[in-house]
Amino acid sequence: MTTREEKSIQLSETTTSEILQAHELDTLIIRPSQGWVALRLGDLWKYRELLYFLIWRDIKVRYKQTVLGAMWAILQPFMTMVVFSIFFGQLARVPSDGFPYPIFAYTALLPWQLFSHALTESGNSLVANQHLITKVYFPRLVIPLSAVLAGLVDFGIAFVVLLAMMSYYGIVPTIAIITLPFFLLLALATALAVGLWLSALNVQYRDVRYTLPFLAQFWMFATPIAYPSSLVPEPWRVWYGLNPMAGVVEGFRWALLGQSGSGSPLVIVSSLVVALLLVGGLIYFRRMEKNFADVV
Amino acid sequence: MNDFAIRVENLGKEYRIGQPLRYKALRDTLTDAIYSPFRRLASLAHRASLSNSIKNDAYIWALRNVSFEIRHGEVIGIIGRNGAGKSTLLKILSRITEPTEGQAKIRGRVGSLLEVGTGFHPELTGRENIYLNGAILGMSRREIERKFDDIVAFAEVERFVDTPVKHYSSGMYVRLAFAVAAHLEPEILLVDEVLAVGDNSFQKKCLGKMGDVAKQGRTVLFVSHNMGAITQLCSKTIWLDAGKVEMIGASDAVVRRYLSDKKVAVPDIALDARANPSSPMIFTRCWLADPDRIPIAAVDVTAGFLVGLEILIRKPVPDADVAVRVYNSAGQLLFTAVSTGSEVDVRTLSPGKYALFVKVPGAFLAPGTYSLTIAIHRPNISVLDFHEYLLSFRIEESGSPMWQYRGGYGDILVHFPWEYVQLKSED
Repeated sequence: MTTREEKSIQLSETTTSEILQAHELDTLIIRPSQGWVALRLGDLWKYRELLYFLIWRDIKVRYKQTVLGAMWAILQPFMTMVVFSIFFGQLARVPSDGFPYPIFAYTALLPWQLFSHALTESGNSLVANQHLITKVYFPRLVIPLSAVLAGLVDFGIAFVVLLAMMSYYGIVPTIAIITLPFFLLLALATALAVGLWLSALNVQYRDVRYTLPFLAQFWMFATPIAYPSSLVPEPWRVWYGLNPMAGVVEGFRWALLGQSGSGSPLVIVSSLVVALLLVGGLIYFRRMEKNFADVV
Repeated sequence: MNDFAIRVENLGKEYRIGQPLRYKALRDTLTDAIYSPFRRLASLAHRASLSNSIKNDAYIWALRNVSFEIRHGEVIGIIGRNGAGKSTLLKILSRITEPTEGQAKIRGRVGSLLEVGTGFHPELTGRENIYLNGAILGMSRREIERKFDDIVAFAEVERFVDTPVKHYSSGMYVRLAFAVAAHLEPEILLVDEVLAVGDNSFQKKCLGKMGDVAKQGRTVLFVSHNMGAITQLCSKTIWLDAGKVEMIGASDAVVRRYLSDKKVAVPDIALDARANPSSPMIFTRCWLADPDRIPIAAVDVTAGFLVGLEILIRKPVPDADVAVRVYNSAGQLLFTAVSTGSEVDVRTLSPGKYALFVKVPGAFLAPGTYSLTIAIHRPNISVLDFHEYLLSFRIEESGSPMWQYRGGYGDILVHFPWEYVQLKSED
């Protein structure tokens, strides 16, 4: 960049700030909040750069001082897939809807790993960042949100392995693959929704930290990762969608492998559950937010 | 004309006591839930006698009925003892915590520095931390990019910009952290005691930077225990005590009143006579006082002070001598004041209790922390009573020309005459 460009930027910035100072010094009123508080999601937009930097920090720091580095993003789902393939696929002969078991498991493990990491990270995020909460103001929502979004990079890396596996098994994705972003969003929204509840609870009750690993483990068994949802009897299958991750995993398999049959009703139930959880989580989080700095 | 930058009206913040525990385990809530019916019954039974004292016991007002107004461009100091509510006030104004009552109106972009290096991550490099910390303090990425070189130069870490900060010395770390903070340019700056870091030369640089900020016409709210910095930088000062405004006014006046305030933890030590029952002469109390013999907490550098010593003479000792030794913060002995040769001759005093005063003149000890040791002895023969490093005290800067030399000046202020001789003319 040339110095002249620098200068012009500087000039234009100072003039705008001067104009701001002269004309519209917005008045901020600080007073006790009462009852229901607005969600103020617009604030989040104002602090998008902070959100970006916190995500960037989490990603930068995650694999520092490890030998394998970002390889861990691949190894974790891949090794789990290998173990599942041996024990569930080969030994227990769990059905896999006609697909090779390894790819059947891996398509589910991808969103699952994203979700379980995001859940654990966001659940602990407020406590882990208490030095920020007690010293600087920003919408607290930025913290669990950044914890959830930082997992996307790992997901991207692990996704490359999935593409390699698909070409190895000669599976060509159908047009349904365009719905994949929706299911990805659904996985992130589920993690954020639950993360909001848990992170706010964690501020008050540190029991949450010890509950998280169990929760992730139980939830995994309740989600059709090692087994197909077709094992669940038909009349119950829609209700299986009450576990939003069931909808996510089914959606991933459908979008990537073109699996037919198990479908939309379950996903619709899952989406509704997530929407409810998320709105509830946002409201709860905002209500608790004012006490975070005092309690954490 | 209504051009305030900050207007605070009846601001109050109530905390629960027991907050030091900081968080509850779910278990506690469950046990609370189990016991609370009984507790409620118990409290109902006691209601007549206890009335509403239960509520008063469980909560404490960290700040109450605080009102003041700050105009644009004013630099305001906030002083007070620990726990007076200074930090709570800053936390409310920077929106970290909510007030319990009252309100505050703020006009303009607020930047708060409650700590330097907030969010620094040890694994990240200096460069990365500048961006991260800048974003946390509310700078835009472009703003940081523009100021990046200045920040690095100010921190004097050019060679280590791409080294993880965990390998930094603590001095470098603090310099970098402050450098980022110092380049924050909000309209209103809230600063909490961040200058209490770093070595003396860096502190001086920080104070200089604060002075610059003040001159640029920004509004600054500055919490500090450094009375010298307060009087030099701030035109007005707010003195908080126990969550209330004790005094607002010109910095000099407020600081002077604050330093002579009796409520401020007075270094005053009572010594138990029974601890040394056999000695013929012992100390029973030691304290500091101003020249009018009124006990004081901290000493104004220009004023001078008295060391008060209460002694109990059980029977006269022919060659006894009372000595006060003063040490600097590094523990080096600066001087010894002895009673022998002064107007007080303890050898001639009859049995009884006496208060002795040693006068230490003003503008003699430089601002800083000192401690003292007291002794009654028979020189080269025996020690009758001896208390090593019994109390420590601070000499506070109150606006002498030496304030910028903090620590780098030495412990003794001198006013020696200088002379000159011209050796050669340059025309």
